[in-house]
Order: sequence, then structure tokens, then C-alpha cells
Amino acid sequence: MIPAPFDYHAPGSLAEAIGLLQQHGDDAKVLSGGQSLLPLLKLRLASAVHLVDIGRIPGLDYIKEEGGYLKIGGRTRESALERSDLIKTKYPILHDTALVIADPIVRNRATVGGNLAHADPANDHPATMLALGAEVVVTGPGGQRTIPIDRFITGIFTTALQPSEILTEIRVPTPPARSGGAYVKLERKVGDFATAAAAAQVTLGADGKVERAGIALTSAGPTPVKATDAEKFLQGKTPDAATIAEAARLSGKAASPSADRRGSVEYKREMARVLTARALTTAVARAGGR
Amino acid sequence: MSKHTIHVTVNGVPHDEEVDSRLLLVHFLRDQLRLTGTHIGCDTTHCGACTVIVDTEPTKSCTMLAVQADGASITTVEGLERDGKLHPLQEGFYQEHGLQCGFCTPGMLMTAYGLLSHTANPSEAEIRHAISGNLCRCTGYVNIVKSIQYAAAQPR
Repeated sequence: MIPAPFDYHAPGSLAEAIGLLQQHGDDAKVLSGGQSLLPLLKLRLASAVHLVDIGRIPGLDYIKEEGGYLKIGGRTRESALERSDLIKTKYPILHDTALVIADPIVRNRATVGGNLAHADPANDHPATMLALGAEVVVTGPGGQRTIPIDRFITGIFTTALQPSEILTEIRVPTPPARSGGAYVKLERKVGDFATAAAAAQVTLGADGKVERAGIALTSAGPTPVKATDAEKFLQGKTPDAATIAEAARLSGKAASPSADRRGSVEYKREMARVLTARALTTAVARAGGR
Repeated sequence: MSKHTIHVTVNGVPHDEEVDSRLLLVHFLRDQLRLTGTHIGCDTTHCGACTVIVDTEPTKSCTMLAVQADGASITTVEGLERDGKLHPLQEGFYQEHGLQCGFCTPGMLMTAYGLLSHTANPSEAEIRHAISGNLCRCTGYVNIVKSIQYAAAQPR
């Protein structure tokens, strides 16, 4: 399969890339790792008159802690997250996520920014970033602006990005002590989209009670779903088995998946419940609770 | 549609070639450089038959534009053999019966090559994880794992 014709641009700086996007407006698409966009162009489910490849712009590929945030450059490869010791030890939910995105070869090119900006409700990073309370930094002609992740993804394959803006950084608040997270995905095989998946990030108080809980679901509707009822329910409670079970029940109720060859609505909603329970149990254990 | 002159080094040989913007790396390798060892399987980023090494990383060459490879160093299955001598991975696939129809083999070899370049002595679990993006419909993978273990055990 061969994509329809397009013009290819390889700007060497962010300013040049934004200039190209301004010039070509809706006719242009940003090419990051290309692991979602190129298959869509080949299948001719998407088209572009101009591709603006951000792959040669320096300074968009990093993982670092700074000013109370974990900062991930928009073009950071998923394989870099997978191999990062900082991510493994301090942000296990992101390590879990990187390990189940597509397959290891795809992850060598796929980028974290691309996974978010593509806004496929079956993509894995949106749910983990919702659970973590992340925000994204986008850069456009007027400079930078910061958008909380729950306001970034506005619909299926739709984000708050303007046509001349580029997602340049993801910021995750550095979790306090006694925090832990997990991402649990059900997939038919490696490389498949999630039948259902749940992300959970919790912070426990010194008394072992939940101070903060972030829970979000993948493949549970047209956008990633934040299970706010479950989050509120957990607040201030000791996360024992019965409490986790009730939070998981509330999370499953928040899912509104659609039926496809991966399963019926009822099955996927039930899996959202089961996976939430598993993610919460692991998150609590990682936070140092029981 | 724009045309671009790209400079790539493939199996140690430098090339300056003109390519269409939409030309996929796998078609560039097979049709333009006539290196047909790299196979096109599913053409949808699933099967891994088209895997080549781009700089240091295994990459599905059906999901990369040739123009994106400008400046890169690429290794294909043709680059494994040295001076008429099979690479230990090729020797391993031969000794351990790591292939039947052979269609997935170039991709399996290049993924394994990428694995051994950063993990000299991988565990069975690490091997299985590394090749989880390469599909084989013949072997059941057992002999592929043994073949990679054979190569890992060779002195390098």
C-alpha cells in the first residue's frame, strides 16, 4: 500500500515547523514517529497535502525531573520510556504503559507526544496521563501554552491543538512519598489495541488512607474516561479489598464502550471493572500500602 | 508531490538516491536498491517481516518513509553475512531449524540482531519479548528462540 501523494518537509527548528503549519493550515499534518499516521495514510483513511516531519528538530527528546514535574519531550520514543531507570523506579505506571503499546519494534519509533496528539480512544497514554493528572505543553506562533490533559483530548481523534500548534512536552507532577500507580491492559495479542484497560495512580497518607486517587480507562468510549465517582469514593478511605472492589464497580459503570470484534458492551464494561480492581491493587501495593 | 535526494548508508555502502516523498523505506530497499532480502508481509505494521536496523534500532520498514532515513545507516539481512561466512544468527537458524517457509526469517534475524547488540546474553523471556512484534506462522517460535540462543552462545 502506498500513501496518496504529499509534499514532505523536514524543518530543522520548532519555529520553522510552526511557520510551515501556519502556511499550510489544515492541509498539513505533523509527522512524529509515524506509527499511527503512516498506516492511516497508507490505508488512505487519512490524507495530507503536506507532512511536516518534526523528527529532525533538536531538543524534543528527553525524560527529566525539573521544578516539581517529570518532563517528557513530545518526540520521546516509547522505547526510551520503557528503558528509563527513572520511569521504572519512580513512575511504574508509565513503564507499565510503555511495555504494552503496540510491539517492541513499533516502540522504537512511536512517540509519547504522538500517542496523545493522535487522540485515538484506544491509545494507552491518554488514560495513564489522566490518572497522573498530567498536562501538555503546546507550542505555536504565539509561544507556549499549557493544557491539562482532561481538556486536551476533546473527542475521537480530536484535541485542543490549533492547526499551527505542536505538542512539545508532557508534564507529570512529581508524585509525593507513598505514591504508586499501575496500568493493566487486556489485549488479544501483542500489538492489538486494548479490549479494555485501566490506569490507577494513588497517594496514601501516613495513616494508610487514600489522599489522592486517579483512575482512567482506555477503549471505554469516544475519549479516554476518567472514573471520577470511583476516585471520589476512594478519597479518605483505607484501600482494603472491599473498598477497591466498590471503587472498581464505580469505574466499570463509568465505561461506555462500543461493541466490536473484541467484545460486547457488557463484556468490555465488566473487564473495565476487573482491570480497575487489578490496577488499584497493584498501585496501592507500590505505594507501600497493603 | 515533492522529490528529495537522500544520502543513506546501507550495509556499509553509501548511496545518494532521488526518492518521491511518499516512497516507503521497504520499497526503496527492494525496488530501488534491489535488496529483496527484506520482505513485505502484512504491509500494516503487524508482522515484522520488513524489519531492518535503522541506525541502532529494529524498525518496520513498511512504516517509515525513505526520506525519513536521510542520513541514516541501515542494515538489512544482506548485511549480516561477512566474507562468505554466515552471521552467528544465520548459523543458528540453520543449525536449530529456526525457519520453515522462511518468509518471516529476514525480520526475525534483524530483530534478533538488534536484541543481541544491546543484550549479549538474553534470557528466554527477553528473547520472546523482543520478537513479540514478529509473526511466524510455521515454527511455533520454539526453534526461533533456540536459534537466537545458539547465536548468543557464540563467542563474539
